[in-house]
Amino acid sequence: MLKAVRRGAKLYVVDPRRTSTCEWADGWLPVEVGSDISLSNGIARVILEEGLQNRAFIARACEGFEAFAQNVEQYPLARVTKETSVDAELIRRVARDYARADRAMICWTLGITEHHNAVDNVFSLINLGLLTGHVGKWGSGLNPLRGQNNVQGGGDSGALPNRLPGFQDVEDDAVRAAFDAKWGRPVPPKKGWHLTDMFHAMERRELTALYVIGENPAQSEADARHCHALLNGLDCLIAQDIVMTKTCEMAHVVLPATASFCEAEGTVTNSERRVQRVRKAVQPPGQARDDIEIISELSRRLGYELGLPSAEAAWDEMRSLSPMHGGMSYRRLEQLGGIQWPCPDESSPGSPFLHGRLWADPVEGPRAPFQVVHQDPPVEALDADFPLRLTTGRRLDSYNTGVQTGGYVSPLRQRETIELSPVDAKMLGVHPGDTVRVSSRRGNVTVEVAIDEHLKPGLTFMTLHAPDQVDVNQLTIDATDPKSGTAEFKAAAIRVEKL
Amino acid sequence: MRTLTLSIDGSDVTVPEGATLLEACKKAHVDTPTFCWAENLTPVNVCRICVVEVEGARTLAPACSRKAEAGMKVLTDSERVRHSRKVVLELLGSSVDMSLAKDFAPLRQRYGADPKRLAGETVAQPVKIDNDQFVRDYSKCMLCYKCVEACGTDAQNTFAIAVAGRGFEASIATEHQASLGDSACVFCGNCVGVCPTGALMFKTEFDLREAGKWDESRQTVTDTICPYCGVGCTLTLRVQDNAIVRVTSPSDSSVTGGHLCVKGRFGLGFVGGRKP
Amino acid sequence: MDLHPINALATDAERAAIDTVLGPPLADTTIPAAEAKARRTFLLPALLGLQTRIGHVSEGGLGYACRRLGVPPAEAFGVASFYALIALGERPAAFAHVCDDIACKAAGADQLCAELEQTQGKPAHLHHRADAPKNLKHQATWAKSPCLGLCEQAPAALVTVARASPVEQSFGHATPQRIAAALKGETVERPTLHLGSHGPRKLLARQGCLDLDAYRAAGGYQALRRALELGPEAVIREVTDARLVGRGGAAFPTGRKWEAVSKAAAHPHYMVCNADESEPGTFKDRVLLENDPFSVIEGMTVAAFATGSTKGYLYLRGEYPLAAQRLERAIGEARAKGLLGTNILSHRFDFDLELRRGGGAYICGEETSLFASIEGYRGEPRSKPPFPVQSGLFQHPTAINNVETLVAALDIVRDGAKAYGTGTKLFCVSGKVRQPGVYEVPLGITLDQLLQLAGGTEQPIKAILMGGAAGTFIGPEQTGMTLSLEGAKQAGTTLGSGVVFVIDETVELTPLLRRIAAFFRDESCGQCVPCRVGTVRQEELLHRLTRGGADRPRELALLKELGQAMRDASICGLGQTASSAIESATRFI
Repeated sequence: MLKAVRRGAKLYVVDPRRTSTCEWADGWLPVEVGSDISLSNGIARVILEEGLQNRAFIARACEGFEAFAQNVEQYPLARVTKETSVDAELIRRVARDYARADRAMICWTLGITEHHNAVDNVFSLINLGLLTGHVGKWGSGLNPLRGQNNVQGGGDSGALPNRLPGFQDVEDDAVRAAFDAKWGRPVPPKKGWHLTDMFHAMERRELTALYVIGENPAQSEADARHCHALLNGLDCLIAQDIVMTKTCEMAHVVLPATASFCEAEGTVTNSERRVQRVRKAVQPPGQARDDIEIISELSRRLGYELGLPSAEAAWDEMRSLSPMHGGMSYRRLEQLGGIQWPCPDESSPGSPFLHGRLWADPVEGPRAPFQVVHQDPPVEALDADFPLRLTTGRRLDSYNTGVQTGGYVSPLRQRETIELSPVDAKMLGVHPGDTVRVSSRRGNVTVEVAIDEHLKPGLTFMTLHAPDQVDVNQLTIDATDPKSGTAEFKAAAIRVEKL
Repeated sequence: MRTLTLSIDGSDVTVPEGATLLEACKKAHVDTPTFCWAENLTPVNVCRICVVEVEGARTLAPACSRKAEAGMKVLTDSERVRHSRKVVLELLGSSVDMSLAKDFAPLRQRYGADPKRLAGETVAQPVKIDNDQFVRDYSKCMLCYKCVEACGTDAQNTFAIAVAGRGFEASIATEHQASLGDSACVFCGNCVGVCPTGALMFKTEFDLREAGKWDESRQTVTDTICPYCGVGCTLTLRVQDNAIVRVTSPSDSSVTGGHLCVKGRFGLGFVGGRKP
Repeated sequence: MDLHPINALATDAERAAIDTVLGPPLADTTIPAAEAKARRTFLLPALLGLQTRIGHVSEGGLGYACRRLGVPPAEAFGVASFYALIALGERPAAFAHVCDDIACKAAGADQLCAELEQTQGKPAHLHHRADAPKNLKHQATWAKSPCLGLCEQAPAALVTVARASPVEQSFGHATPQRIAAALKGETVERPTLHLGSHGPRKLLARQGCLDLDAYRAAGGYQALRRALELGPEAVIREVTDARLVGRGGAAFPTGRKWEAVSKAAAHPHYMVCNADESEPGTFKDRVLLENDPFSVIEGMTVAAFATGSTKGYLYLRGEYPLAAQRLERAIGEARAKGLLGTNILSHRFDFDLELRRGGGAYICGEETSLFASIEGYRGEPRSKPPFPVQSGLFQHPTAINNVETLVAALDIVRDGAKAYGTGTKLFCVSGKVRQPGVYEVPLGITLDQLLQLAGGTEQPIKAILMGGAAGTFIGPEQTGMTLSLEGAKQAGTTLGSGVVFVIDETVELTPLLRRIAAFFRDESCGQCVPCRVGTVRQEELLHRLTRGGADRPRELALLKELGQAMRDASICGLGQTASSAIESATRFI
């Protein structure tokens, strides 16, 4: 992004906190936590008001525009400014620059998706892309920046409750038939549970056995106390991981695995849908085994012989069943330094961007729908008992719950703190380094104070990197998005008390 | 794409407009030595080992940054070119510890350079060790500016280091010699990645070398993908005795351009740190 | 810019020093990257603000400057440590820079320094190491300095007293007593300047016109009026027809330069006056800047008009405090009277200029280094092409001219190329002549004639350094040479910046050569290998040669080989000429 900025691209940053990126930006929009839809709809209204929408694109490629336009009519700048706390002129400037740009891109991360209305947040951004025609073209588009090296690949290969590899619908009989034929066993015809559904099912005692691979829910889930109670209530918890996580410690069975990126062969898929090869560089320790080996062995004991396929053989099987992966042989992945899906056959160079079909004449496939979405503030409103907003996030040198990054000494690492605005710190009578108790309706932690001079009053910030030191998820709320199952890590109501 | 034709050592070669003489030389299969140039950095043309003779010019021109012009007549192996390259090698070899600089020994041979002829003051100084990630041995620093560029606008945009001082006393420094931990450094190690002389070195590698245990014949080099975020950076893992001893990224990787962040570069300790 | 701030805090005095230069701070101290880019140019002025008012640049002071300007501290440190006049360790507020360069050495500077050691103690060694220990406190009150441009009154000194209203003065005929008085803040008188000419004075015709009335009375601003009547193209034509070439040393045709800038498509264009006169033995520009500041301003204005520039920078070497004071005053007066600013002389022509002072770096006289210095970066030269006329200051088309060139252009524009004839040139005659000074002579007279004008010599001439440290030594047998570009070429030497430094049999050559070698070593920016290491090796070889006993033919051959590589492979003129004087003098040692 900075390279583009140096070449003259404009950069606007929407973030409640003033991050490093803001310093390079042409404008910083310090939104209130959870006011994203109001902002998006407000920007859309300005674009329409000034006639900057891409009329031709909307007419040829979209549907649902009228309802969308009617809806954003309810978001005049006066309202949006009130809900987002962003200056009206700045919003107008962003709207104009975005709409008028030859090519423009919206990138986002968890600030959009870790909300109870994550999917609506994303829809509100998609609306902007459609409104201006900044989709389906090189250098444009909507770009969720992935937080993990294979979160994309997990979804691609069917690690979703309703999808088979290649995002094929599990409830589509024709799709399932191909898999049934290949595997000689029927694939269950109904979609399964996503993570949040599973926890609800545990609550109902409908789910009593859990097999966790490479995830640390004991520390990564919101409302940790509640989560622990549910995990502890399971009849059988199996954890497969490369290190002894908190979840492993709670498990009945632990299956030591290899570090997939350097102790095993395989592929991962990055944020730009690029399938890339990972390779074995070191021998795994002790009795740790390759994930494929563990699963094969487990399958064998459950009565289905998988053999012991190599990573490439497993991949080739997937290629044969998932059309978008068809042309991605290991040989080609090596040659081309990874390939971006879809890549249906071995003559395809892959796809640097998606949705080009919307520009085909005539448009190929279904039209792209506008969505009517409404501003909906965080589930937990601030009140006299819990008057501060806690938003969680990450730091450069650490990663998620610190399972991996805990393994190296980073000179950048600081003690976990709660960052306060100078105004709130003064009101609370606390100084950097003071210890405070931070409470939410769900739990409390003690932590040191740091001051971020750019933080606006009422907003506080913590990370989830050091749960052993400060278990931030004692505070977070497990209000989740009904579609994505993501919890509202970005917005909890808290109270800070000087100790 | 518009092209132009120039002559290199008597042979015509056609290159795209805007190409450098270095690129033209490459196209003409003329091997041009470089130290301070790298494909993922802006040319600074300071080492002057790549100089070539352009007909009609008073002085020699740095191939790495001089743009090719139509009709230009370039000599890459003339007496003047060979002489300057030889003296540059002697000046470097007599003032800087070039023992770990790839290509230095073969180049000395190629140009018949004998640094001893110009023996004199050197930049020898104690190694700076102020963190667990990498060391700075400025006795090996030829002041190629690569680390400054990688720290700055060419990769990291952090600006933790700059060239300070002047002349022979110039060196790479943080402000007022602050330790890296107290400076703006974000420990991406991109400076280590681009250093051509081993002045910047992984602490793991440095310790092994100090102990006399660094042994490239026992090492493997494997490309894989970083285990952290969704960018998908290619990591080149150098492994000795089943331990990762150095992490780099290929400069021609479309994802990284050769650059990494602190986690991918230095944060893989968990792999070897596990109890069997 | 995402700055990692320096923890050390600035004192109130340090903040005041910087705020004096930059204006009062705004409430929001974070500077966005785009804004920081625009402010970067004020870095050197801010650092010099600290230096002149506090006496050094501390961690806290540097940190405050960085916060005000959005400059990364490491880069600011890189810039501060580049300049010899900026002290990074604490030292006494009153400090003397005592010249021991060639002309002063020939006039007894070594003796002066020895005496100073008795009264003031050991000198500081102003090395350019960046790794000087933190919180270093210097006790020394003085240091040896490269040429201060006061060669006609050698030996010379520059004394600065840091305080809220700083005292800076440079003077010749330096003695321990006069230096001690200056260190106390007392004003030290300068000896009378000696000027001479062969024929009518043109360049020196307005000497002493320090206010606008006097300047106008002496014919000032007639050239600008004429230029505005003629229009830019005709102005350039006159300058081209007069065959004026640059007087800074490179002798590039001025008309061609102006034409290229005026036709350059990119805008804005800049007009820069190179007043960083630092070539050892050169002091002619100082004489113009100090005693005829309006001519320089008018010359820049005419050049700006011709080249379509609306903004100018006058980059003055840091060691010229008197010139700075007089120029500041003159610029203010010109601005007040509408001779700078908008609609100059009621024409649709806008131009204003800013005075920028150097920080003590010979290399900043190299045009691309000078740009880097104004832009707020280390004064490191850039590779050419692209040339300044295409991509100069702030990467825009820039006309950069030497002081004397701009003043010479005034006569050409006012009287026309025909009347100008071959024109006159200033020579800086110093060393062992009876009357050292600045001499204005028509090109074409002989060196002998010039020496006679300067009163001749008392002793037989041993050698003459032509063109400064970057020039060459000639022998007494060559004094019949013609003073013109062709004449110099024929004699195998250069006129350079007009230096004629004469040594006779009473002066030892070896210490002078060693000083020249040390000069280039100290002044190399350090960027390219041939110059950074080559200047060190040259100094070492010269010491070995002059100590005797070494393998002389081998050392001489090496020196020659080294010189060849430095000439061929260095980035800029400094490295390319650093071996010239020494190589030319080996026949005398």
